[in-house]
Amino acid sequence: MTALPPGLGRAPLHLVERILGLRWDLVVLVSVVAGIGIAALYSAADGNMQPWATKQMTRFAIALIPMLGAALLGVRRWFRIAYWTYIVTLLLIVAVDMRGFVGMGAQRWIDLGVIQLQPSELMSLALVLSLGRYFHGLGDDNIAKFRYLVLPGLMILLPTALILKEPDLGTAMVLLMSGLVVMFIARVRLLAFGVGIVALGMSLPMVWKFLRDYQKVRIYTFLDPDSDPLGAGYHILQSKIALGSGGLFGKGFLHGTQSHLSFLPEKQTDFIFTTLAEEFGLVGSLVLLALYSALIAYGFAIALRSRNHFGRLVCLGIVTNFFLYVFINIAMVTGLIPVVGVPLPLISYGGTAMLTVMFGIGLMMSIYLDRDVRLNRAGEAQPD
Amino acid sequence: MRAKGTLSGAGLQREVQRYRHFTRRAVVLAGGQVLLLAALVSRLFQLQIVDSERYKVLSDENRINLRLIAPPRGRILDRFGTPLADNRQDYHLVIVAEQAGNIHATLEGVAGLIELDEADRSRVLREIRRKHSFVPVVVRDNLSWDEMARVEVAVPELPGISVEQGLTRNYPYRDTAAHVVGYVAKVSEQDLTGDPLLELPDFRIGKAGIEKAQDLALRGTAGTRQVEINAFGRVVREIARVDSEPGRDVVIGLDMAMQEFVTQRCATEPSVACVLLDAVTGEVLALVSSPGFDPTVFTDGLKPAVWRQLSGDPRHPLSNKAIAGTYPPGSTFKPVSALAALTAGVLTPETTITCTGQIQLGNAVFHCWRKGGHGTIRLRDAIKKSCDVFFYETAMRLGIDRLAAMADRLGYGAPLGIDIPGEKGGLMPTREWKLATTGTAWQEGETLIAGIGQGSVLATPLQIATMAARLVTGRAVVPHLFRPAGIMTPGGDTAAPDFAALDLDDDARARVLDGMYAVVNEPGGTAYAARITEPQFAMGGKSGTSQVRRITQWERDHGLKPDQIPWKDRDHALFVAFAPVSAPRYVCATIVEHAGFGSEVAAPICRDVLREVQRRDPARQVPASNRVAAAGSAPAAPASPGAAPALDNQPAHDTSTTGRG
Repeated sequence: MTALPPGLGRAPLHLVERILGLRWDLVVLVSVVAGIGIAALYSAADGNMQPWATKQMTRFAIALIPMLGAALLGVRRWFRIAYWTYIVTLLLIVAVDMRGFVGMGAQRWIDLGVIQLQPSELMSLALVLSLGRYFHGLGDDNIAKFRYLVLPGLMILLPTALILKEPDLGTAMVLLMSGLVVMFIARVRLLAFGVGIVALGMSLPMVWKFLRDYQKVRIYTFLDPDSDPLGAGYHILQSKIALGSGGLFGKGFLHGTQSHLSFLPEKQTDFIFTTLAEEFGLVGSLVLLALYSALIAYGFAIALRSRNHFGRLVCLGIVTNFFLYVFINIAMVTGLIPVVGVPLPLISYGGTAMLTVMFGIGLMMSIYLDRDVRLNRAGEAQPD
Repeated sequence: MRAKGTLSGAGLQREVQRYRHFTRRAVVLAGGQVLLLAALVSRLFQLQIVDSERYKVLSDENRINLRLIAPPRGRILDRFGTPLADNRQDYHLVIVAEQAGNIHATLEGVAGLIELDEADRSRVLREIRRKHSFVPVVVRDNLSWDEMARVEVAVPELPGISVEQGLTRNYPYRDTAAHVVGYVAKVSEQDLTGDPLLELPDFRIGKAGIEKAQDLALRGTAGTRQVEINAFGRVVREIARVDSEPGRDVVIGLDMAMQEFVTQRCATEPSVACVLLDAVTGEVLALVSSPGFDPTVFTDGLKPAVWRQLSGDPRHPLSNKAIAGTYPPGSTFKPVSALAALTAGVLTPETTITCTGQIQLGNAVFHCWRKGGHGTIRLRDAIKKSCDVFFYETAMRLGIDRLAAMADRLGYGAPLGIDIPGEKGGLMPTREWKLATTGTAWQEGETLIAGIGQGSVLATPLQIATMAARLVTGRAVVPHLFRPAGIMTPGGDTAAPDFAALDLDDDARARVLDGMYAVVNEPGGTAYAARITEPQFAMGGKSGTSQVRRITQWERDHGLKPDQIPWKDRDHALFVAFAPVSAPRYVCATIVEHAGFGSEVAAPICRDVLREVQRRDPARQVPASNRVAAAGSAPAAPASPGAAPALDNQPAHDTSTTGRG
């Protein structure tokens, strides 16, 4: 048995080494997608930088800082503070909910000047981090036991319930699914998921009670879009007309008609994809999907390359969260699923979503930089 | 795969195993994502290639566009028809570039008629360059009537220029009635009900006060307009039109002149809530929470900076303290104890109790606000001088159950159900409540403290005013704002709402009211200095001073003056009053936050308000000219140094909770 000299090859990377080792190609990829988003916002405002494009550019520039910051922080540090990020985010959610409840109307954000931070969106990252830490430390023999699933189950359900009550159906759904996916890749037995699904199915009537009237209307209209051509079904129909009339090559930049005619609500946020797809056609839609796929594939590659379980779980958790946002948003505007209101990552107008995605990518880069670090159960680096 | 036993042995072996399992699940996950992405691609393929022709046709048909016409929102009027919320015509001047020809010349022509500075001009030119040439660009908004007329006349010589009008919500009284009227703001996602009106980009809905409570009536019904538009969105012609149905006007019982008077009167103190009721009809004539806020800041979307400023103010301008602020009622609660005791027979008007300045219960000592005590007194004097020991003894004889039952009948402990959102219910403690919230049994000492309106007892200013209304009428008066009868006509209202009788003992009621008469109108009464000198307007009332924080032994020993205590820790000053004493019609409750003694600070406000409302008599008369004298011209408080003993002048310091008033 050969014992390696301590520190050899596994010493924590120096800050300069971390900066040199950053995956700048990933930064470029992210910037390209964000650039497409800014162009779409410029077009959605009828060829104006105001009111959205300029502000979105500022947000992107600002969000680069936490992204690089997250990348420069070592994976061990992230492991150590994983639970704290979760607790702090949870407290923030409770705090803004309470304030929305006590004050006038719902102000579910924390004002940071350029960005009005919604802690519920940050929760996905915090949840993935703390689940990653939990399952990293959980031995293979224990993972088959149900009692070890109670804590992670609560970690997922608690914020999900809070966010569902806000009410933010879309974010709650993505959070729940991201959490479940992390449990899945952590090798929780499939039987447990079966039990979970049955329990969830039984609690559906309760969830239905939680839903607001407008959310119920959306589900009804999804089931029968023609029932209300001027109401909620109208949006899906208009969105499909915008997409469909774009054809193969689209109507050209700034020459979209449907998405400019105020037929669509929220054209700068949840329905921004229609603007792109109408003006750039199927080709444009597929290019965007390809860019997203490249980002997702990058995440998978980093996860498979990582030598610590924590990094692998967190990386796939982040990528899955990202994927869910992309899928749910595009499936929603193309009428595959009901309108639930989630943003399109890096494209939709909005500060917190931008910040969350960029932060997540920063975490991925941190995991990449520390791909060779092995962590024992307590999260200390260990030689191999 | 590594061979077993290399490097760190079993641990590595486990790790390799773990990685293999992880890879397996990751592959499944990736497969799932690929499948879902494929579903998206095929969906896009279907929409954008297979069905594309159909959607292109629909896209053209979209040019026949159904547009909603927003109805004008109904107005909110006070009892005499004064608009508290209406819609302002907003004139703005627009230019359509393609019709203007020489834009510079046209703008030059406009500048000859109305003021148009260089910044406006360069903004217009910039916007014209950026937008389609048929899109109207706003040159100036908020044109005055005069400016509008000047431009309108010259329009034939100004190609491409036109005056457009829109409606914006207008609150003529700004912050004076903001808490009652409320405000409108952009529709949020939670407000959506499926009504397509709510999805119009500029639509506003009621978010607070009457604007929210009566939103459906005020809103009206949407009209529709079928227009043909070309591919660039230009309206080519209108095909069909169904006009909208305007929202209904809503009349509330408020008397705006009184509301203004009360607001100005309250502005003399930092933070005040004041409620003025018609005791017979339950109509709210004035409801002021001072400081107020300007409702228009919500109409155009709340700026974070403004929100920060409003929500960070320790005086809570956004909160309607008159219905949502809960305070210990302090000595204003003593009439409740008195009525309960007389009704239950534990006390007669002739019963004497001796106040030595304190009362012992077990090991605890409960102090009267007056150190030397009041000597041997009867109920009438006990109310008049606000003797705490008398009411400790009363409450002890009565017990918490009967006290709480009477408080409940007079409106404490639960929301009264006023017809604007946000009302709080306060708290009237009971044995059950104590057990349920703390798990411990009720202590007799708590009964004593509750008897003087301290301890856990909490009430809103609205509840305190309603207590007085119920006391003077003997009926279960419920305060309300909405006036189904509409604007008041000369001759006054005859039909008063028929509130159920509370089944109170009339003799006991008369005794309590007589005590409250003495408080204000007899030398030695706590509020003698704040009496109304015109005999026909004379009021009766009860002062109260409620502690925000316990007074420490140290402070008691050192005799700390109120201005040495931080503002937020100072006592609240309360007063509740009715007038005229001969046939009470108006009741008023005032709380001045952290202002010290009720008889000194709150009573003069009640006096001025009740005097003004009796002069004006909005419950019975429609004023010829709908104006009142400004608050400043009201006679100053009759200064009576030495004449009447202003008993509240000496601060009482105590370790136990003490009501003063």
